[in-house]
Amino acid sequence: MPAIRESLIAFRRAPLLSALSITTIAFSLFAVGLFGLVVLNIRGALEKVEERVEIRAFISDKTPVEEVALAANDVAKYDEVQSVDLVTKDQALERARRELGEFRDVFEAEFLPASLDVHLKPGYRDPASVHRVADRLKALTFVDDVRFGEDWIEQLYRLRNIAGVAAAALGLAFAAIAIIIIGSTIRMAVLARTREISIMRLVGATDSYVRRPFLIEGFVKGILGGLLALGLTWLAIHAVSSYLSFQTVFFDQRLAILGLAGGALMGLLGSAFSVGRHLRRV
Amino acid sequence: MIRFTRVTKEYPRLGAALSNVSFNVGKGEFVFLTGPSGAGKSTILKLIYMEERPTDGEVRVDGMSSVTIRPREIPTLRRKLGIVFQDFRLLEDRTAGANVAFALEVTGASRSSIPGKVSRALTQVGLASKATSYPRELSGGEQQRVAIARALVNDPVLLIADEPTGNLDDRATRGVFQLLRDINASGTAVLMATHNLDLIRRSDYRSIELNRGQIVFDSAEAAKAAIERFAE
Repeated sequence: MPAIRESLIAFRRAPLLSALSITTIAFSLFAVGLFGLVVLNIRGALEKVEERVEIRAFISDKTPVEEVALAANDVAKYDEVQSVDLVTKDQALERARRELGEFRDVFEAEFLPASLDVHLKPGYRDPASVHRVADRLKALTFVDDVRFGEDWIEQLYRLRNIAGVAAAALGLAFAAIAIIIIGSTIRMAVLARTREISIMRLVGATDSYVRRPFLIEGFVKGILGGLLALGLTWLAIHAVSSYLSFQTVFFDQRLAILGLAGGALMGLLGSAFSVGRHLRRV
Repeated sequence: MIRFTRVTKEYPRLGAALSNVSFNVGKGEFVFLTGPSGAGKSTILKLIYMEERPTDGEVRVDGMSSVTIRPREIPTLRRKLGIVFQDFRLLEDRTAGANVAFALEVTGASRSSIPGKVSRALTQVGLASKATSYPRELSGGEQQRVAIARALVNDPVLLIADEPTGNLDDRATRGVFQLLRDINASGTAVLMATHNLDLIRRSDYRSIELNRGQIVFDSAEAAKAAIERFAE
């Protein structure tokens, strides 16, 4: 196919310019990738914290265990609920001693009440859902009190929202910058071949024929740049993990492929934009 | 073949390059376009291959009108034309053969037909043995012959040559001109813009002289007037 051969010739003819384009694309995508990883790791950390969202319903002393067990089964069927643990007085004591080791002698048997510890499903850990479940638990006759760290959950949720909005805004900005940079580098390649393009058109090439090799070139540069960016991101995150002894998460296969596809798309769009503009001008 | 009807071309900053120009070129005709620099010769050629559109009037080339042609139809028009320039416009990193083949690939010619057509075109311009040479390895005259081969390879109905001998010495000029005559003799119309009055004098082809964007002399019109005078 002539268009593929033309784009290969373009790589061979201007290896330095091609290498420069690929490196520029790689660094723009590297910035996007690093940002993506920061978002991914912050989200992972927030999810871990969210997993600890728990509603504890304290049970009146004289409630029969059977009644509590039955209620626990009912609570487990709530839409929002992932699991319910029935913690007896002995277990509560044991847990308190374990968590507050220095004060273990302070706690005596029967000192702490039994409780239902309710864990919520992902997606139901926002303040509104937590309040809703807490209110239902409060309504149970044998429940004395319900605790769930109201302020903490609200702050966590606010943090999550801010992180989400910031991630979307910065992600879009980074992607826009990457597209502009990629478009500019490909424009350099287009300008370097102005003469060839004018000859092509003089001998009767259609605009789509002229455009095709550039689109292929942009696509290939996007993929190569994406691969290089992926490698750089992996090196960067590996360095952070090993020097700062910080547990980090890297892109899984799906996200890596998505990143490469993004690079290819940016290369393609950058090319289409640059060649289109050039063809309209000449 | 070519019909200019009251064509005016104005550029925003430069003003009028052509004013109210009308002329026809018939099938198989050889016409010189002459005049000083800036007279409008190149503008006329650009209007023919529709690189430019007239500000006013109409240009018709092989049935296609500048008034009605759509941008996507322009490549179709150009495939019927062969265009040659003073600076050859060859791709430096391709051999003579590849430069000629390029004009065929661009038009979507089948791969199997390309080598035969390229070989025939290079033979026609006397460069069959230079198919694997790069432009930098060829003389000016040879480079122009490659450009002519590229223009011919699609069997154009009209060959447009913009100062094709401008960069050549006398011997190469004579060779290229003879080649253009041969091409014309085989039925292709040739429109050649040139400063070289010697070429015009040595041949009896029609010449159109331009000055400041207007036709100041057309040998066909002059001959017609002389015949009319003689008839009276």
